[in-house]
Amino acid sequence: MKYQSQRVALYYFAGALGLFVAQILFGVIMGTIVVVPNFLSELLPFNIARMIHTNALIVWLLMGFFGCAYYLIPEESETELYSPKLAILQFWLFLFGAAAAVVGYLFRIHEGREFLEQPLWIKLAIVVVALMFLFNVSMTVLKGRKTAITNVLLLGLWGIAVFFLFSLYNPSNLILDKMFWWWVVHLWVEGVWELVMASVLAFLMIKLTGVDREVVEKWLYIIISLTLFTGILGTGHHYYWIGTPAYWQWIGSIFSALEVVPFFAMVIFTFMMVWKGGRSHANKAALLWSLGCSTFAFFGAGVWGFLHTLAPINYVTHGTQVTAAHGHLAFYGAYVMLNIAMFTYAMPNLLKREPYNQVLNMWGFWITSSGVTFMTFALTFAGVVQAHLQRVMGMGFMDVQDQLGLFYWMRLGAGVVTLLGVILIVWSLAVPGSARQAGRVAAQPAE
Amino acid sequence: MTDHSEAHGGWGALDHLPGNPLMWVLILSELVVFGAFFVAFSVSRVLHPAMFLAGQAKLDRLAGGVNTMLLLTSGLAAALAVSACAAGDTRRCRRWLAGAGLLGVGFLGVKLAEYAGKASQGIGIDTDTFFTLFYLMTGFHAAHVILGLVILAVVAWKPSLENAETGAAFWHMVDLIWVLLYPIVYLIR
Repeated sequence: MKYQSQRVALYYFAGALGLFVAQILFGVIMGTIVVVPNFLSELLPFNIARMIHTNALIVWLLMGFFGCAYYLIPEESETELYSPKLAILQFWLFLFGAAAAVVGYLFRIHEGREFLEQPLWIKLAIVVVALMFLFNVSMTVLKGRKTAITNVLLLGLWGIAVFFLFSLYNPSNLILDKMFWWWVVHLWVEGVWELVMASVLAFLMIKLTGVDREVVEKWLYIIISLTLFTGILGTGHHYYWIGTPAYWQWIGSIFSALEVVPFFAMVIFTFMMVWKGGRSHANKAALLWSLGCSTFAFFGAGVWGFLHTLAPINYVTHGTQVTAAHGHLAFYGAYVMLNIAMFTYAMPNLLKREPYNQVLNMWGFWITSSGVTFMTFALTFAGVVQAHLQRVMGMGFMDVQDQLGLFYWMRLGAGVVTLLGVILIVWSLAVPGSARQAGRVAAQPAE
Repeated sequence: MTDHSEAHGGWGALDHLPGNPLMWVLILSELVVFGAFFVAFSVSRVLHPAMFLAGQAKLDRLAGGVNTMLLLTSGLAAALAVSACAAGDTRRCRRWLAGAGLLGVGFLGVKLAEYAGKASQGIGIDTDTFFTLFYLMTGFHAAHVILGLVILAVVAWKPSLENAETGAAFWHMVDLIWVLLYPIVYLIR
């Protein structure tokens, strides 16, 4: 940590980790409801639990991005943050909005539009929070050094805010509703969030491998060119069956099939940098998460996305557990791992501890990754069976669900393992290691 | 070509190509997308031979041929603009760029007349798979001609050698795609 104001990132990291645990907890509850249908049925119906599971995910990832930006931007811009006070106020406002939304959901207050269930006043509050954030980080960059990393990060963050505005537009025509809904959902995760991902990974590569900034920047430009080239028209893969013209099946299939390319480029990028970089940073866990991020994002977003992105295949797999498998591995690989990589790198610096509890953190990495991977395979097989029985053989929906019971039990088991891993990660980041451990790790940087 | 690779460096294989390396990332991406469309078109033709034969019979092969000549000549003009630029003759470079641009506008004019003719026969993008692909492929290509015209205009505004090479590389790619698209869609029966 070079600038005092970077410390505001700690608020966001802490808030994000808290919501992370909540998100996984609700995931485990949902996994239980699927196999024991009356579990909590009066208190917490499945649709409400699902809202909290998905909303908590999105909010904590965004909170993590905000934290990443508050840590990264002063260091890159070589200047203190424009207003640390505004950043702290923004955090509490955001946390309040998120909490209010969750409490509202528990009392059945929501707008019912998938992932965008927040009542209008909370959406407006989110816009205010986003404006406070963008003002703060943009002013910081404007008064400081401008690098490729800050430029791409700002482009991504502004894009997040701009595309969120489409959540306020809810036309009564169901086709238009879905069309613009994807402008938020798809153009976030397969568009502007990827810019945030690429720039934060680029920052971590500079810090962790010691490779020249010039080399990292070139990779960054190539990756974001490929992302925007494939991702924007790739939106078409959501327009196959919602009532939009049939030519979207061609546009969506071709462009979205290429969305795997920028993710593959990120794998090559991170491994090349580690291979080329002479410096061996003491924070091994942060490097593990960074490499894990590009690798799992490639499989989760790239490969599992490609599995069902071509229109003729999607015709059969649409809305089956194949989608759930892809969603879980993609979010974990691309955005959960990105955030944890940054937290693992930044928190020891912010808390003025040497890289601590590295072993515990790395156990967290392997256990969580194993849990999510097993879950992905269970859901993928469930999806293949489901697609065949339901779409090819023409069996009834509920009859097919009965056939998937074993896979759903395996998913629940994997979910419990994931929860254990997440608790380990949070513990290792939040709780200082013992003196003996710290001493042993502190000796490493001398190498 | 050694002088411009020295201006960049660190781009690996892209260093050996003229113009801005990121243009080549775009060009390669474009070639992959149009390549995918060509494969999609060819596979669809094998699946629906009668539909594709009937659709192709309705295309204006002469208009396609005229457009091929317009675009190739335009490519020559862009290449001459680059060599003018390399010789330091900005005036001549701009003149060739204007020529390339005018021929590009001519291409778009012929394309528009072709589309209008189809529309008057009641043929549109939803008519059948052949015409869906016809409009998507020629439409995407025409969109790149328009983008190319914008790029040529930018080069004429700031005619450095690197800019000229970058713009000409894009313009030649638009040529190349058409030279493949025309036989695949219009000619091969």
